[in-house]
Amino acid sequence: MTHTPRRTFLKGTLAGGALVLAASSGLLVPRRVEAAEWPKEAFSAKKIEDAIQALYGTSAHTPSGSIKLKAPAQAENSAQVQIQATADLPNVESMAILVEKNPSPLLAQASFSGAEPYLSARMKMAQTSDVYVIVKSGGKLYSAKQNIKVTVGGCGG
Amino acid sequence: MANERTTKIRTKTQDGVTDILVLVSHPMETGQRVDPKTKEKIPPHFIQKMTFALNGKEVASANMGTAVSKDPLIGIKVKGAKAGDKVKVNWSDNKGESGSEEAVIG
Repeated sequence: MTHTPRRTFLKGTLAGGALVLAASSGLLVPRRVEAAEWPKEAFSAKKIEDAIQALYGTSAHTPSGSIKLKAPAQAENSAQVQIQATADLPNVESMAILVEKNPSPLLAQASFSGAEPYLSARMKMAQTSDVYVIVKSGGKLYSAKQNIKVTVGGCGG
Repeated sequence: MANERTTKIRTKTQDGVTDILVLVSHPMETGQRVDPKTKEKIPPHFIQKMTFALNGKEVASANMGTAVSKDPLIGIKVKGAKAGDKVKVNWSDNKGESGSEEAVIG
């Protein structure tokens, strides 16, 4: 009968030892602090709705004809897709560009404090996808989207 | 390596609207590429923040992710800028590197 308590005692010390090991090997060390204000959660989101939610606190947006998205319908080089977004809306505070089927959809987010609501950039695309422009104007979110076809191999077909 | 990064600014004014184009030579590593020799993932290295100032006042700022192309070319527009106005651009990346450049609107 003396065997059983001894077994449980041994198991207990082993489990406790594993926990101490985890703590000392750096698993519980706080993570590196990122650059101030950079919205890490939004940029690491895997779904487009989650990225919009993390940026603006809501993922509800209304399609608007006042947002113009200038991008090629077909991209020959998926690593260099030129995109230009303009919003013809009053009081634009922020604009975000998102590529739905990229591993992390959020491409860039700009805030305006005097400049025109316009942003141009070159972006990488993983595959054919809808590209969204989300504009925050007067506290509401408006959107425009365009499908960009990515041709693998660049044969243009 | 760090000092090889160059930041260039080009401005063009037409009908009262000035285009400000910024080109930074930067690898913009996504963290998803694998080095063909070592078979190890290349750590991410990308610009996270860029700010644009006109005559010392910030007019726009941008947060960027890894999907922005290598050697990013970022453009914004300002209205009512005059010849002689000063444009200043600052950027910083996830490894703590940064750069800045000034230009005068012609």
